[in-house]
Amino acid sequence: MELITVPLIIEQPKSKVMNGSNSLNPHIVVENLNIYIQDNHILKNINMAIPDKSITCIIGPSGCGKTTLLRSFNRLHDDNMNVKITGNLFVDGEDIYAKGTEVTHIRKKMGLLAQRPCSLPMSIIDNVVYGPRIHGVRGRRKLYEIARHQLVAVGLWDEVKDRLKSPASTLSIGQQQRLCLARGLAVEPEIILGDEATSALDPISSKTIEELFVTIKDKYTVVLVTHTLRQAKRIADYVAFMYMGELVEFGTADQLFNHPKNQLTKEYISGGFS
Amino acid sequence: MLKSRLLKDRIARHYMLTATVVAIFFLFLIGVGLFVNSLPIMQEKGLWTLLTTSNWRPFKGEFGFASYILSTLYVTGIAIVIALPLSLLTSIYIIEYASPKILRAFSSVVDLLAGIPPVIYGVWGTLTIVPFISESLAPHFVEFSTGYSVLAAGVVLAIMIIPLIISILMEVFLAVPKEMREASMSLGATKWQTVKKVVIRKSIPGIVAATVLAISRAFGETLAVLMVCGNFTDLPKSIFDACYPLPALIANNYGEMMSVPQYESALMFAAFLLFFIIVLFNVISRVVLIQIDKRYQL
Repeated sequence: MELITVPLIIEQPKSKVMNGSNSLNPHIVVENLNIYIQDNHILKNINMAIPDKSITCIIGPSGCGKTTLLRSFNRLHDDNMNVKITGNLFVDGEDIYAKGTEVTHIRKKMGLLAQRPCSLPMSIIDNVVYGPRIHGVRGRRKLYEIARHQLVAVGLWDEVKDRLKSPASTLSIGQQQRLCLARGLAVEPEIILGDEATSALDPISSKTIEELFVTIKDKYTVVLVTHTLRQAKRIADYVAFMYMGELVEFGTADQLFNHPKNQLTKEYISGGFS
Repeated sequence: MLKSRLLKDRIARHYMLTATVVAIFFLFLIGVGLFVNSLPIMQEKGLWTLLTTSNWRPFKGEFGFASYILSTLYVTGIAIVIALPLSLLTSIYIIEYASPKILRAFSSVVDLLAGIPPVIYGVWGTLTIVPFISESLAPHFVEFSTGYSVLAAGVVLAIMIIPLIISILMEVFLAVPKEMREASMSLGATKWQTVKKVVIRKSIPGIVAATVLAISRAFGETLAVLMVCGNFTDLPKSIFDACYPLPALIANNYGEMMSVPQYESALMFAAFLLFFIIVLFNVISRVVLIQIDKRYQL
């Protein structure tokens, strides 16, 4: 397949124009990113600019490299010695793969929601304040306030306020995913990354999380890998379509779903293959 | 067709049940056997006297087990104190920091070490640890030590159980889901913070279980300890004094001097004590593990 280069400047979604908000600042810029795992070329020359304070969904069939791309944003490949990365990745204009960039500093800027919620082996409240604690926030009162604030933000406060000290593993899966979101938000990130964050959840929990993404996009840049096209249609402002390790098309949700430029995109969104 | 399938299922189940019962029954049988055989001496001397006195003169009919019990506890204690931190740090390094190549290489080395016969550790201890203690270490602390001591036994025992603990702990740490580490790292935690607050925490039940296994093994280890402990019946006053743990007592004396009245029963009592300590210890640790699980649900 021909390599498709994507212009870095993209059209604004209609809703944003109508809101009058200006969100064309790219928050994450990917330049000529190539990722090899052992001898396999997983990501091929990816170029994209993810606008801030909006939801960007990365879609594509299984094995197209969506998750690999997402994980490269907060350098989760660092520990895997089989992974080789070339190209540049800028967050707030800072090259995160440059020598001397401290990885904890990069990761603090991003909250990650995994496919299955992964609560840490500690109490509910300790899970939420885990991040602030490791970054040096001290004082019971202060930590409690952080926990309360974030649990309210994800709509979990009323459900757990009487058992903050119970193990996080006693929560339901849906609750745990919201807890994980609260935990991610507690480090005051700028970006929320979701790796099929709703795929393990029941429909109601899944809807709650989706709605949360929409609520928080005013303050955060949300990047979601998703398997469900309908989810992307519901909540995405921007969509990236990937196929076989290449970025086929990137644009506003309206543009990509209603007027796809590429034949492959057209086929994929009409359910031609998955 | 269906019938024979179901029949096989039932037979398999009963077969396995029988095997399980037999296995447990042997344990029970050993316990009862030891108890019955040690009854004569318990009735004659009284349990309290046997446990709290340390005079051991079989010809005069004096059987005090205090120094044997203390020796066993001392030696095991020292072994664990030395072995546990070392094994913990080693296994964390191997699993969390080392490259897959080192992991593979080290796994086989650990298995190899765990398979070395105790007598080799014993000989090595006699040739290196004992003279080292007697010539270099002990003179700084006490007037005289032969080197055959509580410390020598503890060190040799520690070296013997380190591979065992490491190999269990490696499994324990490997069982911590990768996602959990990533969850911690993605919040900006350093590797060490992740290890300390997530991996070790999650592994507490496993670490407890590994320690219990190691202690049980250390309690019962006979030959290597016997070769370096000095086999001297007296309350050890320092770690440089000779000692005489229970397994060594039994191994050294059983089958000899059986003409001495009550001697066999006394040795049986020693075996029963050892058995009892290990069972008790395992029960306690099981209770602790259940409590940990109830409270933290790791």
